[in-house]
Amino acid sequence: MADDAPLSVPGLENEVIRDLYARFGESAFVPQRTRDGMPTLWVRAEQIVDVLRHLKNGVAKPYKMLYDLTAVDERLRKHRQDLPAADFTVVYQLLSIERDMTRSGSPDIRLKVALKGEYPHLPTATTVYENANWYEREVWDLFGIVFDGHPSLRRIMLPPRWVGHPLRKEHAARATEFDPFVLDQMRQDLDQEALLFKPEDWGMKKGTDNEDFMFLNLGPNHPSAHGAFRIVLQLDGEEIVDCVPDIGYHHRGAEKMGERQSWHSYIPYTDRIDYLGGVMNNLPYVMAVEKLAGITVPARAQTVRIMMSEFFRITSHLLFFGTFLQDVGAMSPVFFAFVDRQKAYDVIEAVTGFRMHPAWYRIGGLAHDLPQGWDRLVREFIEHLPKRLDEYQKAALENSIVVSRTRHVAAYDTAQAMEWGTTGGGLRATGMAYDLRKTRPYCGYENFDFEIPTGKYGDAYDRLIVRVEEMRQSVRIIQQCLDNMPSGPYKADHPLTTPPPKDRTLKDIETLITHFLQVSWGPVIPAGEASVMIEATKGLNSYYLTSDGSTMSYRTRIRTPSFAHLQQIPSVIRGQMIPDLIAYIASIDFVMADVDR
Amino acid sequence: MLDTVVNWFAAHPQFTAALIASVKAIVILLVTVVVAAWMIWLERRLLGLWQDRYGPNRIGPFGLGQVIADMVKIFFKEDWLPPFVDKFTFILAPGLAMGLMLLMFALVPVTPTWGVADFNVGVLLFLAIAGLEVYAVMLGGWSSNSKYALLGGLRVTAQTVSYEVFMGIALMGIVMLAGSFNLRDIVVAQAEHGWYIVPQFFGFCTFVLAAIAVVHRTPFDLPEAESELAAGFHTEYSGMKFGMFFVGEYVGIVLVSAITVALFFGGWSGPGVDSHPWLAFPWFAIKCLVFMSSFILLRASLPRPRYDQMMAAGWKVCLPLSLINLLGTAAVVVARSHGA
Repeated sequence: MADDAPLSVPGLENEVIRDLYARFGESAFVPQRTRDGMPTLWVRAEQIVDVLRHLKNGVAKPYKMLYDLTAVDERLRKHRQDLPAADFTVVYQLLSIERDMTRSGSPDIRLKVALKGEYPHLPTATTVYENANWYEREVWDLFGIVFDGHPSLRRIMLPPRWVGHPLRKEHAARATEFDPFVLDQMRQDLDQEALLFKPEDWGMKKGTDNEDFMFLNLGPNHPSAHGAFRIVLQLDGEEIVDCVPDIGYHHRGAEKMGERQSWHSYIPYTDRIDYLGGVMNNLPYVMAVEKLAGITVPARAQTVRIMMSEFFRITSHLLFFGTFLQDVGAMSPVFFAFVDRQKAYDVIEAVTGFRMHPAWYRIGGLAHDLPQGWDRLVREFIEHLPKRLDEYQKAALENSIVVSRTRHVAAYDTAQAMEWGTTGGGLRATGMAYDLRKTRPYCGYENFDFEIPTGKYGDAYDRLIVRVEEMRQSVRIIQQCLDNMPSGPYKADHPLTTPPPKDRTLKDIETLITHFLQVSWGPVIPAGEASVMIEATKGLNSYYLTSDGSTMSYRTRIRTPSFAHLQQIPSVIRGQMIPDLIAYIASIDFVMADVDR
Repeated sequence: MLDTVVNWFAAHPQFTAALIASVKAIVILLVTVVVAAWMIWLERRLLGLWQDRYGPNRIGPFGLGQVIADMVKIFFKEDWLPPFVDKFTFILAPGLAMGLMLLMFALVPVTPTWGVADFNVGVLLFLAIAGLEVYAVMLGGWSSNSKYALLGGLRVTAQTVSYEVFMGIALMGIVMLAGSFNLRDIVVAQAEHGWYIVPQFFGFCTFVLAAIAVVHRTPFDLPEAESELAAGFHTEYSGMKFGMFFVGEYVGIVLVSAITVALFFGGWSGPGVDSHPWLAFPWFAIKCLVFMSSFILLRASLPRPRYDQMMAAGWKVCLPLSLINLLGTAAVVVARSHGA
């Protein structure tokens, strides 16, 4: 197996690690080599909260954002030399936007805590990062790891009466591994009973001595909930006193599926995470696998990847634009936006063969080359769209009712956005020009000329304007792809490229064997860990893959932007009115598949 | 045989007059209901036209049969009464919604010879029945015993009450100019002095806004704001009871268009009506159609303001505007009468 990926050992060359060693002592940490080169340190459970607090508040250019918090069931993992013994690992990934923007020092740091025992305990990080709340609930729900001191440790993805913790290795992965499902009267009654709404269970009060509060259950079936999303509102008239979002109705166990699919056959599942993002979901996944495998992707494949990703950014933003205006009561724009989306999908279909979920990127390249005449279709589309956007600008975006409905509604500033892990348009609307395509160019974005639109007030209107402007920038990027499309192969010449290049299979036996094994079993990816982050349609999306040297992933962690954005809702919307909540929900731009996975 | 019948009618002129009036009334009401139902088709086709799509075009010529199909469907739907509602009020509300709208139609002077009733207090009666109309939605929202319906009912009550205040005031300018509350007299007065849209432009603006609010059409459809309150006050309604609310809304549009035409645009009057009296109805119908279509255009183009913003616009802009209009008109009328 080729193993040319750089393996960096975090150590004294990194000033954050020097700082941590100086403060907590070198013996408190165990460094780990990872394929993605991200500084990774193992920390003792009793010290984790202090280390996190120090990294958030104590270091120069602090790590203000808890980017991800997840866990790994280590009990069946074979390749874990030099790592502390553990049954479970909890992984924290911190992000310093300041470091990223100034490109000084490592913008990310990954901390791991080794845990022993069946249902281990660990202190909660909610005291340091407020958004650890949902992440810890998710880890408890899916792994059974208990966070001591968590304000409300209850299930978040699965129904309250679910038995077991699905991401543990002993939990069944397929329906056929369970006993047949039987719904008898008793079970039905108990399930119904569990559905009853008791404000206390949700951390809300029923009322005071003098009054009962009115609770309004918005969703999971509501025209503006954008999918199976539920939010319970405590109202005073139409004013929202408090609210609790409830997610999990769209949970399909995508991360668990990753452990049962070959590296190759998992690609179509990624399309359905952010189902409006199409091939842009493939990108972080295949890039992470390529990092593990050490594949360098040829320039043409990279440029086509960028072009198609930007097409999906446009289709996703168009849908956002249409539904946003529909939610504030304008019924026509959504139809115009859908007409434009159709035109984009016509191009996507001609190139990839599918419309919404092409699953078109491959490990090491693309499924096929661009078809003949693709340039004419792409050119037609990028000539069409800017004219329409100008029209929307006049007809809808400058409409005074739209402005008065959304200006200064559901506003938050940059610091709040970072506290809640908000990225993408929601962060840029606060005035922070943070776009991963600029700060950490991947896939060749460094070769493109485009701007990062930002807002000023961080309100619903800014989030709308920022995304409309991003469509214009995407058109610019596509224009540059069109003008400068490199020639050359659309797949890497590498043994782990899947499906492998077939030219020489019938000429020499070695190539034939490799091809046969890869197509029948799928590629065997070398053991290691890598995560790749991209600027997806809705914010930062990353895949954190752990390979145990087999044909399947050992652990697939999908960090999605929408999950973080929904957790932020109560802190933003308290004290505003129901119509403001609707405008806010519309301005977040989320899909529930991206939240629940 | 025929002679005896004719002679009998000739011998009882009062009865004959009453019979003819009843037939006219029934014809007008039927035409109104049919036109209202047909407006559903018109709305869907026009929205389709403005939104780059077709709209219903399958049943009958231009999809005109769609309305019939919809009506057949809605009549045969199960008449479902949710178990948690207040039955009597729940059933009463849609009947009120439709019935009151139709009742108001009695006041509309269609042509010089057609019209159901000719009240001397027509304008007042119109305002009074429009005031009652709020009960339909309020009761519907309340009796549904559902939170979305309740919030919708709450909104509609506040909205209608505040917008009715200046709807009446907006019309008083006309009453002063015409010197009568009678709608027919107002139309006749316009035939002589010109349409009241010119002297009463601000009255027209505020009246139309209030009228949209009272029939809760976009942009003032907050009581049934789909994206916020599911379906608002009629969330729990289905089948024909929902159909009554639905058609009632379209009757409301036809009615508001007809009243606006009668009050501000000279009703049936138009070029050629004096020499060809049969032109009266076409003029009236065309004018109404223009208004009906503009209500649809409003719906296609405008978003929905927030509830408190709409209330503020009513009390802080429209009410003062209509009061100033009233005072101005009064001054003009007084000055003119002194001059004469």
